[in-house]
Amino acid sequence: MGEQAMGAAIEASLFVLMIALAIVIARLRSLFAAAMLFGIFSLLAAGMQTMMDAVDVAFTEAAVGAGISTVLFLGALGLTTSSETRPLHHRVAGLVVVTATGLLLAYGTLDMPAYGDPNAPIHRHVAPHYLVDSDAEIGIPNVVTSVLASYRGYDTYGETTVVLTAAVGAILLLGGFLGRDPSKDEDAASESRDGGGEGV
Amino acid sequence: MSDSAVDLAGRTPIKMRVRETIILRIVGKALVPFILLFALYVQFHGDYGPGGGFQAGVIFAAGLILHALIFGLDALREKVPPIVVEIGIALGALLYAGVGVVSMLMGGEFLHYGMLDTHDMAHGQHLGILLVELGVGITVTFVMVAIFYAFAGRSRQ
Repeated sequence: MGEQAMGAAIEASLFVLMIALAIVIARLRSLFAAAMLFGIFSLLAAGMQTMMDAVDVAFTEAAVGAGISTVLFLGALGLTTSSETRPLHHRVAGLVVVTATGLLLAYGTLDMPAYGDPNAPIHRHVAPHYLVDSDAEIGIPNVVTSVLASYRGYDTYGETTVVLTAAVGAILLLGGFLGRDPSKDEDAASESRDGGGEGV
Repeated sequence: MSDSAVDLAGRTPIKMRVRETIILRIVGKALVPFILLFALYVQFHGDYGPGGGFQAGVIFAAGLILHALIFGLDALREKVPPIVVEIGIALGALLYAGVGVVSMLMGGEFLHYGMLDTHDMAHGQHLGILLVELGVGITVTFVMVAIFYAFAGRSRQ
């Protein structure tokens, strides 16, 4: 029983930490602290995915969620204030909508097959073919890679295009990229304005 | 409240502090090459273990961004000029699509890598996966750097 109980205990504590962190992030007014806690949240999510044997997903979550997006949050914070303004009143309607949506989603999961159920539809369609024939057809040990890059290569091509589109959007919206540097002529002005920053 | 504390464009108090803190500089400087090397390992070992182009690209970009955080945005712009980034984001996707087109020219469907090697389908698959993952890695690396440039190169209006 040892190993299974250990896994359940780790998963439970990861869940508790993630929920606690989510509540703290929602209540925080300091956006800088929230950005940092988002990184920790992603790291916990990566831990959770590792517990579920989804190492490739965990790897991506750790690199993107805890790494790059934290830097991009900080970059975005550099363009705005680092503290959220206090709302004038508590929005009851928002709480009702969020709670109702959450309950609906939880209700929806009741119809899903149990986690790890070998008879779940997703394990009975093409998955057996991938697992059994990947070695002969593709010849690489990591079946996740052979599914992503070969069996589902068309989807991955689409995803690569989406990533490219994200960069095009960021360049078009934020500018300051194509050889020009709009911050250059504003530096003098912003320097005097930012002079008394208190740091972090 | 200081908005400049996280201004990555340089010339702000925190920036100066990071640049002048010798421990951060030395540790960061020592880490960057290993991060880049690890990204290459993740890129080319994705067939055998966890990883692949997407993760590798993000890690490689993280190494470059760490360099910019330590030595300033201009230092990274010198080493990775925006024009290289612009070409890179398109090049990766083109490499991916190119593999698809070549497999069509070899008589298969779009992205049917097995056609890349007329004698051994599995070998062709292996080659195709290596190339498309490389394409993904190149695009993701430069997209991340491009988004970082777009954010960091802009000062607060």
